[in-house]
Amino acid sequence: MKDEKKYLFDDPKNIQRVLYIFYTCCALLVILDFVIHRHVIHSWEKLWAFYPLYGFVGCVILVFVATWMRSFLMRDEDYYEKVDMNNLDEKNQQKLTKKITSKTGEHHVDD
Amino acid sequence: MWMIEIPPFIPFLIGALIAAFTRGVLRNILMIAVPIISGLHLWMVPEGIHLQFAFLDYQLSPYRVDKLSLMFGYVFHIAAFIAIIYSLHVKDTLQQVSAMLYAGSGLGAVFAGDLLTLFVFWELLAFTSVFLIWARRTPQSYVAGMRYLIIQVLSGVILLVGALFYAAENGTLDFSYIGLDGIAGWLIFIAFGIKCAFPVAHNWLTDAYPEATVTGTVFLSAFTTKVAVYALARSYPGTELLIYIGAAMTCFPIFFAVIENDLRRVLAYSLINQVGFMVVGIGIGTALAINGAVSHAFNDVIFKGLLFMSMGAVLHMTGKINGSDLGGLYKTMPKTTILCIVGAASISAFPLFSGFVSKSMVMSAALEEGYDWIWLMLLFASAGVFHHAGIKIPYFAFFAHDSGLKASDPPKNMLFAMTISAGLCIAIGIYPSALYALLPYDTGYNPYDATHVLAQTQLLFFSALAFVWLNLKGMYPPELHSTNLDCDWVYRRAMPLVFQNMFSAIWKIDRMVRDTIKEKLGHSFTYLASKNNRLSSLLSRNHPSGSMAMWVAVMLAIYLLLSFVK
Repeated sequence: MKDEKKYLFDDPKNIQRVLYIFYTCCALLVILDFVIHRHVIHSWEKLWAFYPLYGFVGCVILVFVATWMRSFLMRDEDYYEKVDMNNLDEKNQQKLTKKITSKTGEHHVDD
Repeated sequence: MWMIEIPPFIPFLIGALIAAFTRGVLRNILMIAVPIISGLHLWMVPEGIHLQFAFLDYQLSPYRVDKLSLMFGYVFHIAAFIAIIYSLHVKDTLQQVSAMLYAGSGLGAVFAGDLLTLFVFWELLAFTSVFLIWARRTPQSYVAGMRYLIIQVLSGVILLVGALFYAAENGTLDFSYIGLDGIAGWLIFIAFGIKCAFPVAHNWLTDAYPEATVTGTVFLSAFTTKVAVYALARSYPGTELLIYIGAAMTCFPIFFAVIENDLRRVLAYSLINQVGFMVVGIGIGTALAINGAVSHAFNDVIFKGLLFMSMGAVLHMTGKINGSDLGGLYKTMPKTTILCIVGAASISAFPLFSGFVSKSMVMSAALEEGYDWIWLMLLFASAGVFHHAGIKIPYFAFFAHDSGLKASDPPKNMLFAMTISAGLCIAIGIYPSALYALLPYDTGYNPYDATHVLAQTQLLFFSALAFVWLNLKGMYPPELHSTNLDCDWVYRRAMPLVFQNMFSAIWKIDRMVRDTIKEKLGHSFTYLASKNNRLSSLLSRNHPSGSMAMWVAVMLAIYLLLSFVK
């Protein structure tokens, strides 16, 4: 951080550097697989690069499935509120909104 | 010594009284003193049943100390201590008092030696904690708190019914191994399951925790679910069903966590995922697995607390908690960023952090006992938890795009509380023997062998690689303002809708039926009247009964007259 206003990741070069270090670590970890003799319990663990592949593929599938789930699970942000707030009786609602409006503009939400 | 007989919830009840009647610095000092004094006291207490009396025909023991309950007792003290420091700046007496009562109820529940005492504290947990949600004072928190309370109380009622059945079946209320034989076993199992956030019954957690106050959520994350885990470990170790329930709990929440926008709700989902690991451990039931479950509960209280604290700090300082509104905060909140990353590394079970030394026990136990598929699910969940809690939380809050939010690190007390948690996470990770010494069994387990360390590091690095790759390719789902439907849709939308429609249909039919009957009656009356009219004689304007009465009166009068004549 040479410049006061420039932060670590404002410079794309730094991001690239971090990523290169990260890639190197990943590669090293796979190479270590050949160096370190591991005592395995399960036969799948013997497969070449089982853990790296499982982690990578698992996460990609996780993200794809989750994205697909959005197509039928996603609703507007106020999906429940619209109904919930109508069901609150008016007196309660007024009381609550009064309390909130008195707080708007304040930075801290809990004091 | 009479001091031994003071159960740990008593100091917290006194603490609640103190919090109610004192203010300012004095209150802060006294409130910090409560968990310290109570914790030191607990450290001295030997194992055994220290309080026992007869109630009706049953033997009640509200204060039983053994290795299992001590473990939870210690971590509850640590959690209360950290959370109290974290909430020192709060000027809301309601929150301070209910937090103390809540922590006390948690302690009461884990030291309960019989089902009736357990039930009392079980319900107290619900009634004291709901104020931490309502204290947010928004309409959302009000309705979410209501739902939370209803579900929690329902769990308590089921527990009470189960306890009564248990007493009838076995003639005792002893809170020890119960198992799934008979109706009592199942009822108590369901009651524990609701509080433990079993699948389908899990939405009270993801619904209410993110609506609670900044400091309230830190308390909430520590006690309720862990009390349920303790209760399961006490009453259902080795129940095979738990393995499958637990494995489901580790896997399904991570999908919701990936697409959830509210970062505290992401943490709530990941809380279910972590509890899943504990439930699997309890289900396997070997010494190693139980050790794993209990130590993971211990660690989870600390690192999940740390994550909730760091997200609370973000909410406190910026007023925002949605991933879509945040980003770039590492510039202005560097200390919080580092502390959050420590929590993230711990929950992801990086070697040298606390999650690693406990989670690996459950995984090893699953493999040793031959639950291959469960082991694969747990492995997937481990990668997934790193994905959503380990990377997503810090990335979207502190890095990603610059949101332009002007913030600074939170008040000193918050930072101090987070630093204690982070210190514990690292200390337990580096020196797990201290934690292992407290565990119920001695298994001689060593997490730091080359195989485990390498396997876990590979798994985590390549899940991170997946995140980097998807992000660079632009395939990572962006944070969007949205609500994702979950099982709570059933009682928040479907059931109200069904009932509303059902009742409106019933009212419609009811009105129709009444209208027809009224009409028919009207018709028959006019018919009768018209028939009477047609007679058109002296008395026919009245109804036939009227004329009858008239004629009877006339006849009686004649009869009377005749009697005089005689």
